[in-house]
Amino acid sequence: MKMKSLVAAACMALTGTAALADGHGGKLKVGMITTLSGGGAGLGIDVRDGFMLAAKGNEMLEVVIEDDQQKPDIAVQLADKMIQSENVDVLTGIIWSNLAMAVIPSATAQGKFYLSPNAGPSALAGKGCSPLYFNISWQNDAFYEAGGLWANENDIEKVFLMAPNYPAGIDGMTGFKRTFTGEVVNEVYTSLGQTDYAAEIAQIRASDADTVYFFLPGGMGISFMKQWAGSGVDKNVMGPAFSFDQGILGAIGDAALGVKNTSHWSKDLDVPGNAEFVQAFQDEYGRLPSLYAAQGYDTALLLMSAMGKADVNDADAFQAALKEADFQSVRGKFSFADNQHPIQDIYMREVVKEGDVVTNKIIGVAATDHSDVYGVDCSM
Amino acid sequence: MTPILLIEQVLNGLQSGITLFLMAAGLTLIFGVMGLINLAHGSLYMIGAFAAAAVAGWTGSFVLALGAALAAAAAAGMIIEMVVIRRLYDRDHLDQVLATFALILIFSEGTRWLFGSFPLYLDVPAALSGPVTLPGGILYPSYRLLIIVIGLLIAVGLFQLIARTRIGIQIRAGESDREMIAALGVDISRLYTIVFALGAALAGLAGALVGAIQSVQVGMGEPVLILAFVVIVIGGIGSIKGALVGALLVGLTDTLGGVLLPLLFGLFMDPSSATTIGSALASMSIYILMALVLLFRPTGLYGRA
Repeated sequence: MKMKSLVAAACMALTGTAALADGHGGKLKVGMITTLSGGGAGLGIDVRDGFMLAAKGNEMLEVVIEDDQQKPDIAVQLADKMIQSENVDVLTGIIWSNLAMAVIPSATAQGKFYLSPNAGPSALAGKGCSPLYFNISWQNDAFYEAGGLWANENDIEKVFLMAPNYPAGIDGMTGFKRTFTGEVVNEVYTSLGQTDYAAEIAQIRASDADTVYFFLPGGMGISFMKQWAGSGVDKNVMGPAFSFDQGILGAIGDAALGVKNTSHWSKDLDVPGNAEFVQAFQDEYGRLPSLYAAQGYDTALLLMSAMGKADVNDADAFQAALKEADFQSVRGKFSFADNQHPIQDIYMREVVKEGDVVTNKIIGVAATDHSDVYGVDCSM
Repeated sequence: MTPILLIEQVLNGLQSGITLFLMAAGLTLIFGVMGLINLAHGSLYMIGAFAAAAVAGWTGSFVLALGAALAAAAAAGMIIEMVVIRRLYDRDHLDQVLATFALILIFSEGTRWLFGSFPLYLDVPAALSGPVTLPGGILYPSYRLLIIVIGLLIAVGLFQLIARTRIGIQIRAGESDREMIAALGVDISRLYTIVFALGAALAGLAGALVGAIQSVQVGMGEPVLILAFVVIVIGGIGSIKGALVGALLVGLTDTLGGVLLPLLFGLFMDPSSATTIGSALASMSIYILMALVLLFRPTGLYGRA
């Protein structure tokens, strides 16, 4: 018995000193809370893999990864654990806006940096902005506003809008209407998680719209596109990139060909470092990267660029270093607006087939130096 | 709204009702005969869809894919009945809910482990990929027509099975008095395994049929499971006829509600609030239907008191 507790004590002492040793010897500890199980796992896995690809071989970076299961309560618990017992310096990884709203304000209030590799709720871009919060992806409305601008330029006159009936869906359609100057013939809000779109497709067929603009993330978009292809309706289809990213296209197949979608990144984007990123990602994981992977990759690059310039314990200096955005984004030019959300170009992509693989190709620029409209409310 | 559009929407409602029936029939049999609440029924639906997608990927044949879906779901159903479910018949419903909920998690993560986190590709066979023109000039996807036909054939087959065959008699007897039929020498545990496998196979078939026009992904079964429970509550627990009528009611209410309610509110409201209120009410419509049915028939349309 005595022997046992002695051994246990020795072990504890050993792990204790080990923990101390890598506590803050110039190392930076990142807590990544992302979705690795459940229906939305594809997005979180891509963000994680993109981040880890960029961070590979960096001895100064330590990453703790946890699965939030796409549940706000679990994300909050994980964030508390990472801040209080793991003692991380920077948090990142959250995919969904509702989880982001549950975690980010309290994390920044406790003095931790948060780098968002995906979600960009409007509340955090406007009144709720924080010096410790950086968004490396987009404000939620960005792709839709760019879609509206592109439609204006390309003789699209009558649009049928469709999105799930939840905040991100309604915000998206509002974003599109903010920039689109043509006529919206109908707006349909479907229930979240709906898998059958026969009724909506019949309505679209009966309308005189020339284009359908929709936002249906994940499985909803897959279902809609497959059913759309079977219906024989002949109208243009447009949407944000979320319904046509690489992880989803494989499941839609040829039914997606010809669809136009707005994105800040594409694998054929001709900027320094992008081709290398696509190649390295394929070599490492055996699949094509998605826009989520690109966002994860850029998040790690940004973090490492700031680590080279400032110590994370000096919050003001580290914030200034992050804000410089001194890294080569795989999206090309990238800078932060005053509310620490991106200023970037947004492209129009078309779904094409390359050999056997269904993927995206850039066909034009939808918006140049795009930034969000909420920044005016941010007093920072 | 033109009459043609209305007919098309009625067909859509029928088709969604028929697929719901395939799910609800198995669920109601299992609940009615064995007294078991099986939350893992949605996982069997998912197994059917994944088996079909995998086999369609290897062989390119949709018929083989449907066969694989039936076989895989029936096999999975048989295995879980013999390994897990069998121990739960004498326990109360809470234990059954807990155990079958655990099965959902096991099947979901097991499927992810086998097939990865990204949705799989399963498409309708090329011959059925386009629309057909029905009398009156209605363009309707031919694959959806096929689903309606297959579903109706299965409904007829099930009625015959329950009403005319020896196993059907045993199932009906098991529903009313299980001790008595055990005393009469019927191997009740074999009967339960068969009923469970039959229900599982129907769920797997529904998963494969629907998977071709929807998304084959982990967790696809749970939303359908909830609707299937609504169907069997409306139809009356244990009744195949109730499951059919309930499924068609739910399918039609859901589809037509989604289309007609926003139009109705549009008559006296501005378009955007009509859409918002209409869609919100449409998503509640089947639950309102369920509440109304329960108010007037507390045991469901065809349930026994």
